[in-house]
Amino acid sequence: MRTPFFESHVKLGAKIVDFHGWDMPLQYSGILDEQKTVRNNVGLFDISHMGRFRVTGETSEECIQNIITNDISKIIENQSVYSPICNEKGGIIDDVIVSKISHNEFLVVVNSSNIKKDFEWIQRHLDGNKLKDETQKIALLALQGPKAQTIIEKHTNEITKLKPFHFMKAKLHGQDCMISRTGYTGEDGFEIFFDSSNSVLWERLLSDGQIFGIKPAGLGARDVLRLEAGMMLYENDIDESVTPLEAPLKWTVKLEKNFIGKNALEKNKPQKRLFGFEIIGSKRVARQNDQIIYEGKNVGRVTSGTFSPTLGRSIGFGYVPPNMQFGQDIQILIGGKNYDAKLTSTRFYKK
Amino acid sequence: MERRFTQDHEWVELSGDTATVGISNFAQDQLGDIVSIEFPEINSKFKQKDAMAIVDSVKASSDIYCPMDGTVVEINEKLEDHPELINKSPYDEGWILKLKVSNISQFENLMTQQQYEKFVGETTG
Repeated sequence: MRTPFFESHVKLGAKIVDFHGWDMPLQYSGILDEQKTVRNNVGLFDISHMGRFRVTGETSEECIQNIITNDISKIIENQSVYSPICNEKGGIIDDVIVSKISHNEFLVVVNSSNIKKDFEWIQRHLDGNKLKDETQKIALLALQGPKAQTIIEKHTNEITKLKPFHFMKAKLHGQDCMISRTGYTGEDGFEIFFDSSNSVLWERLLSDGQIFGIKPAGLGARDVLRLEAGMMLYENDIDESVTPLEAPLKWTVKLEKNFIGKNALEKNKPQKRLFGFEIIGSKRVARQNDQIIYEGKNVGRVTSGTFSPTLGRSIGFGYVPPNMQFGQDIQILIGGKNYDAKLTSTRFYKK
Repeated sequence: MERRFTQDHEWVELSGDTATVGISNFAQDQLGDIVSIEFPEINSKFKQKDAMAIVDSVKASSDIYCPMDGTVVEINEKLEDHPELINKSPYDEGWILKLKVSNISQFENLMTQQQYEKFVGETTG
């Protein structure tokens, strides 16, 4: 599958890769250059491969409350919430962002790898409400970085009042958009939803950002940025074999309300815990499934690893026994050799 | 100086019995931004096709194979702090190490620039 912006990516010289059935840009000018541009200025990502579902109906709020571990009863219209969706055992089916359009209409953004699975899961728990897959109908771009707001401000002053995890309607270059202050980079920025027939908006936003040195950014930079910011990637860091309490997502689990998987999360103690780690004295990069060694024993595995240009160090996430602590010395087995490392928080980079 | 290539995308330039080794422009482009390199010790001996160094890019790790039997006599220490030189200048500032080779005739069996370009199906620049 291709997003409405595929031709532009090719024209910009992107390296295209297959990502869960989508032909997506891995990089344009280079992962490190794009990463730096987003941290210092602003970058534009095509994230139209992510799934977009609309749930409508008189009891749609109750329906979503039952599916997600976080609490949407506390949010108002034009606000969004991040949440895992769990199965009965507490395993993570997906992590999503739910936006409250009105009391009986919600937009759910899901991972592209899970579109089919999530659709079937939500459909099974709809309870008379309606579910529509609008992935092809709505385009989604992410404008991320310290200069992102200045670009949108040229179109609407209201943007300066928009709080994180809130969204608003606005016209950009004559197109009706829904602009949300969310992202996957650890920087300020926006995710912009609009009708997928308006593919010129990609190029228009790039021209708007020219004076700030905007660059298109691909999946490679996105992965480095989200890792530095401590954000989970589905299939790497979280999946149905782990619970939100084992992943660092306890803050999204609201046991004072009911949801699928709650009993299991209350009953079962975490069997493992996801930590961040930094490699010490080497810049070798740990990769998914590399072993984590503690006191000579294999105690866990790496789920994500990269080189952090912001820190100048090799970093990653991995699961270890739940009694381990921040700051403990570990080793990572990379290519048959042990490298010294330290357990850390997952938040390597804070704005 | 004539530059020859291996099927694993290393290049070699031979001067007397000293071979300078690096990775091709095609290889650096495939790897993307290189962030670290792990060298062998000086004086380590390798046979042709032995893994002798490792480069890590943001996306992948890759072994560098020994193109000719020999002993490591020098490494490009600049790369420790500036591994990006491999991306920026794969055939010049981004050279990786020098070998004192024990079998000069192996050079003749490596691919010429023209053969290598055909092998990777594009111009190596």
